[in-house]
Amino acid sequence: MTHPEMSDHGDQEFHETLVRPYAMTGGRTRPRYQLALEALVTTTPQVANPPGLLPEHQRICELCRQVKSVAEISALIAIPLGVARVLVADLAEAGLVVIHQPGNDQGQPDVTLLERVLSGLRKL
Amino acid sequence: MDFASSSPGGVPAPRSSTTSAKIVVAGGFGVGKTTLVGAVSEIAPLRTEAVMTSASQGIDDIASTPDKATTTVAMDFGRITLDEDLILYLFGTPGQHRFWFMWDDLVRGAIGAVVIVDTRRLADCFPAIDYFENSGLPFIIALNCWDGVQTHHADDVREALQIGPETPIVSCDARRRESAKSTLITLVEHALMARLRLERRGVGGRNPAQAGAPGGGRPILRFRPFSGSAPAPRAVAHRVRAASVPPPYFDTEKVSQLGDKVG
Ligand SMILES: Nc1nc2c(ncn2[C@@H]2O[C@H](COP(=O)(O)OP(=O)(O)OP(=O)(O)O)[C@@H](O)[C@H]2O)c(=O)[nH]1
Ligand SMILES: [Mg+2]
Repeated sequence: MTHPEMSDHGDQEFHETLVRPYAMTGGRTRPRYQLALEALVTTTPQVANPPGLLPEHQRICELCRQVKSVAEISALIAIPLGVARVLVADLAEAGLVVIHQPGNDQGQPDVTLLERVLSGLRKL
Repeated sequence: MDFASSSPGGVPAPRSSTTSAKIVVAGGFGVGKTTLVGAVSEIAPLRTEAVMTSASQGIDDIASTPDKATTTVAMDFGRITLDEDLILYLFGTPGQHRFWFMWDDLVRGAIGAVVIVDTRRLADCFPAIDYFENSGLPFIIALNCWDGVQTHHADDVREALQIGPETPIVSCDARRRESAKSTLITLVEHALMARLRLERRGVGGRNPAQAGAPGGGRPILRFRPFSGSAPAPRAVAHRVRAASVPPPYFDTEKVSQLGDKVG
């Protein structure tokens, strides 16, 4: 029912950081970040994997050496979308991946993005 | 190398500026959504699933109440790399219209939607059009001409669907890449125009009378006689603006499987 609050400093907190969402939600989740389906995830270069990673975390790190969307992570690792969101948020908090939320202007794609998509489609 | 390992919790600088965008492909059951996505995607369409539990049951731990009703909603999507730093995703909507929460997820931040229509089953697309009109997402109608036969004219379809003249209606063959591509181009052009119109209105926002005009250009009359020559069933002939549909499911994607492992 109560869970240790995560502190933002100290390596001994690292394990807890990665596991906390499950402990906190007891199987239910409302991801803290509402990651877009198309948000892009890239693995950051790491010397070694830190302790406390679930196998799924490791698979995401492996997969995202080349940029992948949250939806692709869910599909390629065969985990439900909600799980993928939580795992990606874990990894981002731990600095193991970088998330690129889509270039939006108040939730709407801006004119520059629309123009780039349009010219990209025309060139296909 | 030392600095990388010494501060694993530090704020990592973004290493790439790759951007993504998405387009929603909607329409009735079996109308050709996955086919269209697959026709332009650089990967075979992938499938992702969201698991949720029914609202009446609450949103507590599913593991403790294994008899709880859960539903899995699947949607498929494709990917097009438009530039070395720009990826476009195409998401097909789940077949069942009642999973509105999933649509919210799909529509948030989307460029717009292609609504694929089979004119023999026109009514199948009504919920999608209602949804996109209500959410303000730019959309176009793509008439999937099955076997090259177009049974209705675009004007008749426009009238039957009760959509304004600003919404493009195109014909497409969902199986053909070029056709799917030009359908997407029409949508993005439409979305761009809508966006520019909006910004212009924003700049000229000093005129409150103009800014206050809601749904400009949209027909107010929702019941109009079907003027096409083919007498269609009443349900097909007129789209009636739907009252807002209360979602039967909460947006509660579960992490039960992984939750068990952590225990
Ligand atoms: N002849 C013909 N067949 C088509 C066309 N478009 C799709 N099909 C076929 O129709 C069937 C259904 O197409 P899908 O793309 O799976 O339709 P969908 O909208 O994704 O279906 P659901 O996801 O089940 O709602 C497939 O067998 C397609 O091969 C078309 O333009 N002409
Ligand atoms: Mg499909």
